Amino acid sequence: MNAPTTWRPRLADGTAPVLAVLAVLLVALAFAGPAYSEPTGYLALLKRAAPLMILAIGQYFVIVSGGFDLSVGSLVTAEVVIAARLIDGQESATIWVIPLLLALGVLVGLVNGLITTKLLVPSFIVTLGMLLVLDGAVFLWTGGAPRGALSPSFRVFGRGGIDLPVLGHLPWSVVILLVVLVAAAQFMRSGTGRTLVAVGDNQDAVRLAGGRVVRLKVLAFVLSGLLAALAAILLGGFAGVSAQVGEGLEFRAITAVVLGGVLLGGGRGSVVAAAAGALTLEALFSLLNLLGVSGALESAVQGVIIIAAVAYASLGANLRLGFRSRTATESSTRSTPPPHKENR
Amino acid sequence: MSASEQDVVVRLTGITKSFLGVPVLRGVDLELRAGEVHALMGENGAGKSTLLKVLAGVHRPDSGRIEVNGEEVVFGTPREAQQAGIAIIHQEFNLLEHRSVAENVHLGREPVRRGRVDRRRMEEDTRKLLDWLGEDGIDPAAPISRLSVAQKQVVEIVKALSTDAKVLAMDEPTAALADQEVELLYDLVDRLRKRGIAILYVSHRMREVFDLSGRITVLKDGAFVTCAPTTEMTSDQLVRHMVGRSLDALYPDRATDEDLGEVRLALRGAGNQRVREVTFELRSGEIVGIAGLQGSGRSAIARAIWGVEPFTTGTLELDGVARRITDPRAAVRLGIGFVTEDRKSEGLALRQSIRDNALLVRRAALPGSAGRKRSDLAALLKSVTVVARGEHQEVRYLSGGNQQKVVLAKWLAVGPRVLVVDEPTRGIDVGAKQAVHRLLRDLARQGVAVLMISSELPELIGMSDRILVVHEGAIAGELPAGASEEAVMGLATGHGIGEVA
Repeated sequence: MNAPTTWRPRLADGTAPVLAVLAVLLVALAFAGPAYSEPTGYLALLKRAAPLMILAIGQYFVIVSGGFDLSVGSLVTAEVVIAARLIDGQESATIWVIPLLLALGVLVGLVNGLITTKLLVPSFIVTLGMLLVLDGAVFLWTGGAPRGALSPSFRVFGRGGIDLPVLGHLPWSVVILLVVLVAAAQFMRSGTGRTLVAVGDNQDAVRLAGGRVVRLKVLAFVLSGLLAALAAILLGGFAGVSAQVGEGLEFRAITAVVLGGVLLGGGRGSVVAAAAGALTLEALFSLLNLLGVSGALESAVQGVIIIAAVAYASLGANLRLGFRSRTATESSTRSTPPPHKENR
Repeated sequence: MSASEQDVVVRLTGITKSFLGVPVLRGVDLELRAGEVHALMGENGAGKSTLLKVLAGVHRPDSGRIEVNGEEVVFGTPREAQQAGIAIIHQEFNLLEHRSVAENVHLGREPVRRGRVDRRRMEEDTRKLLDWLGEDGIDPAAPISRLSVAQKQVVEIVKALSTDAKVLAMDEPTAALADQEVELLYDLVDRLRKRGIAILYVSHRMREVFDLSGRITVLKDGAFVTCAPTTEMTSDQLVRHMVGRSLDALYPDRATDEDLGEVRLALRGAGNQRVREVTFELRSGEIVGIAGLQGSGRSAIARAIWGVEPFTTGTLELDGVARRITDPRAAVRLGIGFVTEDRKSEGLALRQSIRDNALLVRRAALPGSAGRKRSDLAALLKSVTVVARGEHQEVRYLSGGNQQKVVLAKWLAVGPRVLVVDEPTRGIDVGAKQAVHRLLRDLARQGVAVLMISSELPELIGMSDRILVVHEGAIAGELPAGASEEAVMGLATGHGIGEVA
């Protein structure tokens, strides 16, 4: 390379807007609600947002590699209902039920991934089918009303916390979220993570470069399933047992990922931005709540957001380019054009 | 002069155009006359494509005049240019693969009868146009996907003619064609010219330009260099006009006896459904060319070595050990690299950065310690002379030449022992071509065995230490370095098998 390699902040395209929106919302929250005048308010927000953020991270892996995972919402419901039934209030059952739940998440992801890659059914359809299958299975098994109860030690992940000297009360769900987020960000910087994004961009190129496309795609679904199971454990603790606990979460997670500037169809976007998208969504709902807007409007707001975010991503690129061209024209009257064409 | 003045169909004067503040065209003049082939030459990035797009109404020039039949016009949209009789045949075809020839020709202007598309008239009109061009063998009702590349090009031309085009601009029309098909294109261009169509012919290939054109306009860095009748120009002059320097040493020196080493890759009687009885040896340090017509099986041999469509019979030996390669991953891990013919759909992940593309093979196929070492990336990109704003730039913003260099870097990053390159210089400009040629030869000098496929005969002959010619799925013969184009074509078309010993 002729030009010296310049350091560039590693913000993937589309990350900046979501961070800006998030910052504005967080400031607005401070003005709107007295609870946000001190850190605990924000910590509570983070605790509320943790399950969705974890789901969004899982959804990110699938979307960035070129797929969709619509099954996570009903997977969350199924996990919570199963946990309640198996534990049935017994403290001793917790220890083996949690690994079982995580394994079930992996299994569902594995099935989604294998059907998508081996039978070549579009992931949209496979996971839609999985959504219906899980919904139906839960309904059949519970007869509409979930039975049993979660044990206190199970619920501690979702509602409990640890008291620290400076930070005060730190919820376990926030700790778990941070661990997942850091691990996901590290994974996306690794060779496997970069290759996963490349799969979403051009899977033929990856296959011809000797990459294991099938394995990578299955991995994305497995991670999504595993993280959905984790989100279910937090949600079960936080919100308790109901047959509606996971309802609509798949679309909320997809909205969050899109809001984070991740390209639908794959190939671009950062996992941190996807998580930030989820936090933004949760912050927005909290703000609307504080402003007295009816909770019934939430899904309408979500609909507007998902359309606007995608429109911004496809239209905004052109607008930004146009803006850059105008500023560049002004400066080029003075200086020579940047030599980015070809040669010399 | 006054006589030809009347024939001027389109005249562009003083066209300028900038993108993002970078001037791409700086005062270009161009004059197209009825019944004349006018060649437009220049390196990639010289502004040829932009000029074509201005002519086609895609871009509006910042300043300058466009005249059609002596009247000044302003094209707001491509459709207005089309209505003025200007049609462009793009390098990449704009055809709907699953629709019929006639449907493609009439796309967006289907004849309607009683509220329904009149399929019969559509097919009749298409047939008439095909007859007028003297093209038989294309069925207007056949789907595009069943046609050869050359036939698709004919359909593109027919599509243009169906809008009563008087001016036909062809962007690299032979880029996708095999040599035999190029001859057919020559005939076609000639017939179009005789029927009074003004043709603007954009090509990198010197020979075509001299064979076909009546006049040549040369652009360099967006500026008009010269316009002269073809008969008054030599190829040396033309190259000097284009690159501003002469290309004496067009190809690097061939391998000497000391350069040649052990046999790296050997095929013995290898075959699959596309090729049969392929036997040859490839030594370290040499570049072996594979010639053949499109569809003769030359790419199939490469893809079989690579494990995409593996050999089903015979043996493949790597460094004397018989191996079965059933997928690309196995090939990479054995030290075989493959630069595919289609750089955009098979070679690169276009939205990813230069860095991620250059490290793609290393990360995808060699995880673990080899995948993680990274310090040499800058040196690697430097060695392939990629010109970019930085290693984080997305590769889709690079020119074709620089993209190809990134593809090469991707393979160099894993240090292959055998490198198979399929059309390594397709669609890239003269300067980048030379860089790729030099790179391949340097690799050979370092002991890599290079197998090179190219439809561009001068390149293949200039680069190869030996040439294998493929005809109908089998190797028709082997020619030494510096063989004549006639000898290669003779074997490739199946005529000269007896003559060349």
